[in-house]
Amino acid sequence: MANAIDISHLKYSYPEATKPALNDVSFVVPAGEWWAIIGHNGSGKSTLAKNINGLLAPESGSVTVAGMPLTEQTVWDIRAKVGIVFQNPDNQFVGATVADDVAFGLENRAVPRDEMLTRVHDALVAVNMQDFATREPARLSGGQKQRVAIAGIVAQRPDIIILDEATSMLDPAGRLEIIDLIKQLRQQQSLTVLSITHDIDEAAGADHVLLLDDGQVKEIGTPAEIFQHGEALLQLGLDVPYPEKLKNALAKRGVHMPAGYLDEEGLAKALWTLHSTM
Amino acid sequence: MDKLILGRYIPGDSMVHRLDPRTKLMASFYYIAIIFLANNWQSYLLMFVATMVMIMLSKVKLSFFLRGVRPMIWLIMFTVALQIFFTKGGHTYWSWGWLAITQFGLTNGAFIFMRFVLIIFISTLLTLTTQPLSLADAVESLLKPLRVIHVPVTELALVLQIALRFVPTLMDQTTKIMNAQRARGVDFGTGNLFQQMKAVVPLLIPLFVDSFGIAEDLATAMDARGYQGGDNRTKYRVLQYHRSDATAAIVMVALTGLLVFLRA
Repeated sequence: MANAIDISHLKYSYPEATKPALNDVSFVVPAGEWWAIIGHNGSGKSTLAKNINGLLAPESGSVTVAGMPLTEQTVWDIRAKVGIVFQNPDNQFVGATVADDVAFGLENRAVPRDEMLTRVHDALVAVNMQDFATREPARLSGGQKQRVAIAGIVAQRPDIIILDEATSMLDPAGRLEIIDLIKQLRQQQSLTVLSITHDIDEAAGADHVLLLDDGQVKEIGTPAEIFQHGEALLQLGLDVPYPEKLKNALAKRGVHMPAGYLDEEGLAKALWTLHSTM
Repeated sequence: MDKLILGRYIPGDSMVHRLDPRTKLMASFYYIAIIFLANNWQSYLLMFVATMVMIMLSKVKLSFFLRGVRPMIWLIMFTVALQIFFTKGGHTYWSWGWLAITQFGLTNGAFIFMRFVLIIFISTLLTLTTQPLSLADAVESLLKPLRVIHVPVTELALVLQIALRFVPTLMDQTTKIMNAQRARGVDFGTGNLFQQMKAVVPLLIPLFVDSFGIAEDLATAMDARGYQGGDNRTKYRVLQYHRSDATAAIVMVALTGLLVFLRA
């Protein structure tokens, strides 16, 4: 399969900033993969997302999305291929009702109304919000609002979904709900997912993790590889996942723990087999 | 805020609710205009009965309409009083210097009162049975011809739609900020006028700052979803006239004919 996103030597500085927000960032995301982008506040994660769909124009370097190099001519085509779910569910709602909001992106691309009706309905079914089509956004929960935002993107049939800390303002249940939904949609529609996150548990489920520090790519690897540097992660201002924290604390007390990254299940297994002699 | 009737929508599925918002908007303006044709008790009675029938058809409780009149009652009373005291003619019942209560004064006062009440009833009927969003659509649709003279009707309609959409969001925000400021000792709603106005400052400033943040986020989201402005967009919500809209138009014409026949 082709590459969904190909970024090479990307540099971006905000006006009046003394140092670039992104500096010499290069990476390639193969189509269909799930990537997590992690890094502490101000490391340039959101700036990176905005550079991918041309909301910000790179100072130097190149961005190629779905085979198209990002230029002034292709920017609208690329935005049709890339959907972004933003952090605050309230501030990305344009339509006065759920269905209106899902239709907004289609209206912008002058999709004929008949087709729009089916696509809006299908998208709402895909995120299981079809019963809410005529509701006002203000009456929805945070998780439901993000579902609608995702429906708005699904209706546009993109290749790539970027989650820009899309779950950070939700409660744990809502967070899980959204991640499960994205996983499911990704399977059905073979999407590439780029998830910008503070939630290490979410990153742990990705195919690859990209660690951004101070505008530069610090490391790219599988979650297992990245999370092995427990202490180093903490220094980068990130939260180590809970099972890993527990594992390190136990190891410090002299409990023999297996090497490598453990998720919750893995840790539970390691613990209950700890004194097992069989 | 809950006491305010004007601009409230009461969900329902009556004949009036189902009318096209453009029909309702135009008919309301038309109705208000022809009320001024009425000039004797027969014609006012006709308009009163017609209004009552429309209210009954909407299946909205009459008390909502009466509450709609309440905020205007002082203005109405003042105007009626002016009419009663300053209209001369017919039998004089009472006089004191240049003030007099005359036969014409009393009838004029009654007519003015009726006119006010009917106008308020009919505009309340419009807003109670039509969603603000539908009204915005109606305004957009009716103003469309102005595009010829380069009035950005589509953009204005989107602005209106977004404004409506953010009313509840900003209300929530206001409540949050008020609670946060209360927790810090700000006292809302007590003290003299000056103190009350001062208490609003710590509410308005964060609300303003927030609004700019929201606007920035929203603009980014709209950009990301391919909004380029202009008229090359298709519309998800479309308005469509039905047979009942034609009926409503015919009723309006018939009413006008009857009114012209009855007036003195």
